[in-house]
Amino acid sequence: MTEEQLEKNFQNRIDAEQKIEPREWMPEKYRKHLIRQISQHAHSEVIGMQPEGNWITRAPSMRAKMVLMAKVQDEAGHGLYLYSACETLGINRDELVEQLHTGKAKYASIFNYPTLTWADMGAVGWLVDGAAIVNQVSLQRTSYGPYARGMVKICKEESFHQRQGYEIMAQMAKGTDAQKKMAQDALDRFWWPSLMMFGPHDSDSPNSGNAIKWKIKRESNDVLRQRFIDKTIEQAELIGLTVPDPDLKWNEERQSYDWGEIDWDEFYEVINGNGLANRQRVAQHKKAHDQGAWVREAAKAYADKQKNKEV
Amino acid sequence: MTKEEMLFQYCLRMGDTHNVFAHRMGEWCTNGHILEEDIAMTNIALDHIGTARAWLIYGGEVENKGRTEDDLAFHRDERDYVNMLISELPNGNFAETIVRNFMFDAFSLLYYTELTKSSNETLAGIAQKVIKEAKYHLKHSANWMVRLGDGTEESHQKLQSAIDEIWRFTGNMFEMDDIDQSLSDSGIGVDCAQIKEQWMAVVMQTVSDAKVTIPENKYMLTGSKKGIHTEALGHMLAEMQSLARAYPDAKW
Ligand SMILES: [Fe+2]
Ligand SMILES: [Fe+2]
Repeated sequence: MTEEQLEKNFQNRIDAEQKIEPREWMPEKYRKHLIRQISQHAHSEVIGMQPEGNWITRAPSMRAKMVLMAKVQDEAGHGLYLYSACETLGINRDELVEQLHTGKAKYASIFNYPTLTWADMGAVGWLVDGAAIVNQVSLQRTSYGPYARGMVKICKEESFHQRQGYEIMAQMAKGTDAQKKMAQDALDRFWWPSLMMFGPHDSDSPNSGNAIKWKIKRESNDVLRQRFIDKTIEQAELIGLTVPDPDLKWNEERQSYDWGEIDWDEFYEVINGNGLANRQRVAQHKKAHDQGAWVREAAKAYADKQKNKEV
Repeated sequence: MTKEEMLFQYCLRMGDTHNVFAHRMGEWCTNGHILEEDIAMTNIALDHIGTARAWLIYGGEVENKGRTEDDLAFHRDERDYVNMLISELPNGNFAETIVRNFMFDAFSLLYYTELTKSSNETLAGIAQKVIKEAKYHLKHSANWMVRLGDGTEESHQKLQSAIDEIWRFTGNMFEMDDIDQSLSDSGIGVDCAQIKEQWMAVVMQTVSDAKVTIPENKYMLTGSKKGIHTEALGHMLAEMQSLARAYPDAKW
């Protein structure tokens, strides 16, 4: 078959909503796009452990500490799962980690914001996991089999995280004055960055063309963002917190909220490395990785010795 | 001291030990040498915190002054903490963590196996649950002992230094004071002196598999049952208790 025929067959399968599996033929650009997207997603899970890990040693109750550790551990599991999905595309984890350290691979920019109070554990779960779910539910129908299946598994845990985060916020919002203030402040700081998680407006999103055609991406940034806003506003109202957007208004005709404008300068500044925590996040990952080199070497040396014994 | 007061102290000793252990293992989160190990260490932290909660909740009931697990964990000072010294040792490098864990895990499995026979149903129940976890912990730390000891020259040396450093904290686990003795005599607590020999056998087997040795110096550090600690504990508690104490009226 010619390249052209292969590509036509491939597109026919996509159009028929069939999943593409690792050993099948796929256009090189499709493979590259997936490696970029899935590895970015995996790195996000792993780097995302840090802002929450930041509060494990200060969690204010035994239960809170347990819930937080379990959550961060789940994210590590998501990372592992996604690295495996990515490896089915013919790249190994060492290379992916290397790309994270050199800055070639990105991760979700939201994690470049610092977590400053305990309420941020609520805000991150509620808003950041909440935004991630909207995106990931949509990705359950993505065209690459291993990625789609990974999303099904991960979404279940993410919605659990979202509820736990919301529970922290609700508890604080009805707590002491100091707690209420912390809760509102966390919402103020994390609201806009959460909306930024969906990426640029559709009109400014040059990468989407192929991704939509190949059904890697099933819905546009703006559609997903609006869905998140509509479901989250009511949750904020329910616990007496105010979303920091003066332009927010229910639109009867659209049956949806109108809202203000994202500070796109901030968005690009943080993506380009100028958030408060960018350097720290990558440096921390690299430090743990480098400090662990001797342990990985030891494990390998031991395994090799065992293998030689068998021979 | 009444029987309840003694039992309360007993619960604090084990509760504090697991709480402090959980904290140390929690400090590894995002610092593991590989993602799988990060997950394993957080797993261990979660087990310990679950066990700590069981002991402290029951301790609060036994004390009968309305103190919760959080009152006991977050509102007691360094001098009131009665955790085993070994649990508070800083993580250090991975070898130090593994040696610390291994020495305790080997103790823990034997201790809880004995505790299942306790005439106190709550303690026996805690023991039943912890045994499964302790088995997994011991497997984890013992496997790493061997891998590090029989890995590279560097890992071997690091493991040996860790053992040399940590060994003197192991005797503390087997100390029996009047409280321990009394509870052991009445069939509630464990006679730790009795399990020491078995512990030594487990340790010597793994140490030999790992091609390392235990130090000549047999001096053992003590103090935990009277609230005497290394300086590391105060710093840990300062961090652990900071938020809970800054807002004592808050519910989280
Ligand atoms: Fe996740
Ligand atoms: Fe999550």
